[in-house]
Amino acid sequence: MGKTLFDKIWEKHIIKSIPDGPSVIYIDKHFIHEVTSPQAFSGLEKRGMKVFRPQQVVATADHNVPTMQQHLPIKDELSRKQVQQLIENCKNHGIELYGLGHPFQGIVHVIGPELGITQPGMTIVCGDSHTSTHGAFGAVAFGIGTSEVEMVMATQCLLQSKPKVMRINIDGELNNGVVSKDIILYIISKISASGATGYFVEYAGSAIRKLSMEARMTICNMSIEMGARGGMIAPDEITFEYMQGRLFAPGPDQWEPKLTQWKELHSDADAKFDKEININAAEIEPMITYGTNPGMGISVNGKIPSEEEIGEKEKPHFVKSLQYMGLQPGTKIKGKKVDYVFIGSCTNSRIEDLRMVASFVKGKKKADNVEVWVVPGSKQVETQAQQEGIDKVFQQAGFILRQPGCSACLGMNEDKIPAGKYCISTSNRNFEGRQGPNARTLLASPLTAAVAAITGEVGDVRDYLSADEHIEHSALTTHD
Amino acid sequence: MTTMSKAINIIQSSFVPLNIENVDTDQIIPARFLKATSRDGFGKNLFRDWRYLNNNESQPKHDFVLNNPKYKGKILVAGKNFGCGSSREHAAWAIKDYGFDVVVSSFYADIFKSNALNNFLLPVQVSDSFLQTIFNAAEKDPTAELNVNLEEQTITLLATGEQEHFDINVYKKTCLLNGYDDIDYLLSIRSEIEEFEAQRPL
Repeated sequence: MGKTLFDKIWEKHIIKSIPDGPSVIYIDKHFIHEVTSPQAFSGLEKRGMKVFRPQQVVATADHNVPTMQQHLPIKDELSRKQVQQLIENCKNHGIELYGLGHPFQGIVHVIGPELGITQPGMTIVCGDSHTSTHGAFGAVAFGIGTSEVEMVMATQCLLQSKPKVMRINIDGELNNGVVSKDIILYIISKISASGATGYFVEYAGSAIRKLSMEARMTICNMSIEMGARGGMIAPDEITFEYMQGRLFAPGPDQWEPKLTQWKELHSDADAKFDKEININAAEIEPMITYGTNPGMGISVNGKIPSEEEIGEKEKPHFVKSLQYMGLQPGTKIKGKKVDYVFIGSCTNSRIEDLRMVASFVKGKKKADNVEVWVVPGSKQVETQAQQEGIDKVFQQAGFILRQPGCSACLGMNEDKIPAGKYCISTSNRNFEGRQGPNARTLLASPLTAAVAAITGEVGDVRDYLSADEHIEHSALTTHD
Repeated sequence: MTTMSKAINIIQSSFVPLNIENVDTDQIIPARFLKATSRDGFGKNLFRDWRYLNNNESQPKHDFVLNNPKYKGKILVAGKNFGCGSSREHAAWAIKDYGFDVVVSSFYADIFKSNALNNFLLPVQVSDSFLQTIFNAAEKDPTAELNVNLEEQTITLLATGEQEHFDINVYKKTCLLNGYDDIDYLLSIRSEIEEFEAQRPL
């Protein structure tokens, strides 16, 4: 019987299996950041140990760094200490750190791929649930807790039980104005915030094949929002083209042999999946969430469900959620006024995302009732945006282009949405208080966020495009 | 192997019913409390924004169960899909630090479950109907007790004797019963790891 893409990579990394228990899995790359690593380092030091394979660990500071005035000392004492501790830990253990001020600094899931560290066929972990992002390259990548971070630091291995594997096929043509964020929000709205728990998900189908690497990363990134430990997409020509020439990608003399290996990384035609879901790309419309988990999503033209449409068991959560959001069941979401627009996070802060926003915003001004924060995913994205003049487009529109970090996605630094305010956000979680205590988050694509920035309300990007104007991912990658 | 003191087996206690589904780790411990560099002291911020108004400890929200003096114990019982969202192990640390040794739910997010197990916080998965039975029992009698027996893999509602068997993999069960860490095991096979590395093609 054929093997799935997941099985092929997983099996190559098993050192041994414990009878009736988990397997020992070898980890190729380990990304760390300031928030989930300090307790792992101290655990290691308590045992009198050093990091086992420091060359396979890459560090950055992203979660609690300020996104303005990064050259100045961090004002918040606890954040400053945590970042300082990362610097010291990396120094003591010989780990490469792309910290504040470094030209490679940025959100861990943005810099790994852009530097060519993330490669097909690898096992990749990080103390962050959005590590699933790296699966877009055909890697087995998943988030871990701090005890597991310590295990990988100590042994470059983890004890893991093999998850089930699900394939989600998205076939057909996407509608104009529908981008990868809409695809993943649509999937989660269909299968729920726990619909893929216990699974690794492979995304396949003709609509996925056409997507750029950035767009694929957005989809894999949010796999965790339906409970999946990871998401992955088989590598293809688009992947290889993206990788070639990147700093840590295989060089010219290693390229061909690597390419031969990578081309084997796909699910065999007769591979069996534990579950399979088929989706018609043409069904998908620009999406937005109305509730407090990412599964509570609807078309921007849709209505928030009425209480009658919600099952008895889900009702308490639904009612609590809408109460928190200050929204009414059974009402339209279109036209809802917003206060903030946040364009950033490991989901949508790559150069393509900024280009997409700029292409819509160019020559327009932001609405008076909104504040717009654009936070690039990395120093490299920031620099490229400046080189392409995207920073000027934003400036003229009245947006604030900040410096790289996780920022208002989780509000660990000072970038918090005030209580009661509505924020259209390109991030990944709309949980209560995620963007600040009592902040109200509406998750959407960069295009829908751009519309809200200009009009001050929830809208459908297609209402603002002329007949010959076509916005999609593939059209935008030609800038590269 | 490390200390035996972490080991768990039989826990009998009253419980705290948190009848809410999809409790995410941002609620269990909000991100602004993740700036600490040690594992201690997270319990006081457990469910911070559900517990207090305006982030103020002198303004407890009386309708939140942790503020209801009738409910206490070493067992937290919560709705389906508990621990979803962020991988922050701080969530497991906060629950354990608050004084819980067991969480009962009908469904757990994967990363939370691993984090709990790595901290000797036992996640017991029960059927939807048994979960409902437990919530009903708490409503009737806040002092109702549960008995969780890891060795036997059973959870029993003492008042009625209703019982369910729960699953846990043999390896993890051994770890919890004996106080072993995964890391101890991995360190013990370090030579096999080095051998694996040496044999891998580049």
